[in-house]
Parts: sequence; C-alpha cells; structure tokens
Amino acid sequence: MRSRNVLTGVLLGAGSLAGTLLFRRRLARQRERVDVYFGDGSMVSLAKPGEAEPLLRRARRILELAN
Amino acid sequence: MDAAAALERLREISSQVRAAVIFERGGKVVGSTFADDQRAKDVAEEAEALLTEAEQRRDAGGEAAEFAQLEVALQGGSVFVVRDGDRLIAATTQPEPTVGLVFYDLKSCLRDLDTAAPPKKRAAPRRKPASRAKKTDAKS
Repeated sequence: MRSRNVLTGVLLGAGSLAGTLLFRRRLARQRERVDVYFGDGSMVSLAKPGEAEPLLRRARRILELAN
Repeated sequence: MDAAAALERLREISSQVRAAVIFERGGKVVGSTFADDQRAKDVAEEAEALLTEAEQRRDAGGEAAEFAQLEVALQGGSVFVVRDGDRLIAATTQPEPTVGLVFYDLKSCLRDLDTAAPPKKRAAPRRKPASRAKKTDAKS
C-alpha cells in the first residue's frame, strides 16, 4: 500500500514537471522577438519589450498590409 | 530571370511564404506577389524603415557590419527581410516557420534575379534526309 502511494506521488511529480517544461517551452516560442543577422556572421536578438517594440510595431504593420 | 518569374519560382518552392516584395534601397519596388502596387510600395517602405531601425541597433553597439537578413517573429506570423547586394526582399510567413529554410529560399529568389532565365529547350534539329547517291553500276 505504502509503495503504491510512493509510486503515485513520483508519477504525479514527474507529470507536473514535464507539463511545466512543455508549457515554458511553448511560452518561449510564442515570445515576440527580432533577430538581426549581419554580413560578418554576427547576430543581434532583441526580445526585451523596450528595445524590440519599435521594430515589432513595423513588422505588425507589414503583416497587416500583407493580409 | 525577371522579378515576376523569380517570385513565381519562390512561391513554387516555398509553401511557407505568404507574400513577398522585392525592392531596392530607397523603396523602388522591383516586383511583388501583391496585385495592388500601392500595397507593395507600402510594404517596401515599412520593410526599409524596419531595416534602418535594425541597423541602428547594430551601430549603437559600436561596430558597423553590413546588414544581411532579419526575422521578426510575431504571434500572427513572421516577417523576413533579406539583402543581396543592392536588392532586398521582404516576405511574410505563417507563425513559427522553418527560419533557416525561409532565409535560404528568399536569398535564392534574389540570386535568381541576376541569373539569366534557363534557355528553352530547342527542338532537335531535323536531320537532312541523306541524299542518296545513285547507285552506279560497277561495270560502267
């Protein structure tokens, strides 16, 4: 009986951990961001709302025009 | 290859690209998938402004490498701008596209513009009917 309770607890813990990881990964994917690549192979990624917002606004406008 | 043919080829090879505009710096539209020219011009202008702002981010870092390409990921889709020489292409895709593949297809589209259209296959030249020499009699 006791071992069954332990097993249930372990399964619940593992399940909730996997769920949290999947949720966080999905959230990260949905985050709006700007990736700029330069000729020398370097890349700048803008994800903070303050620095990315002007570019995101322009991109939203392009999507609106394209749809 | 002209812009219309290059864009047509882009649409054939990339199912992810929804719309695209090829333009030059200054906003001159070379070709687009839009039926409406004004809309293509507006997209080119917005894309150029986006590019200028992106370049400013780099300049603020103190280095000045040339812009190559950018992706803006939004919830409603992604916006791509790719440069090849003086020409640029701006394109929109569905959300969460295969980024590397889209960049490759857009760059190929710009490069197609510089290449001549593949020559149409010519029909094989007709063989001239072999002129038959009159058989001459061995005796004569």
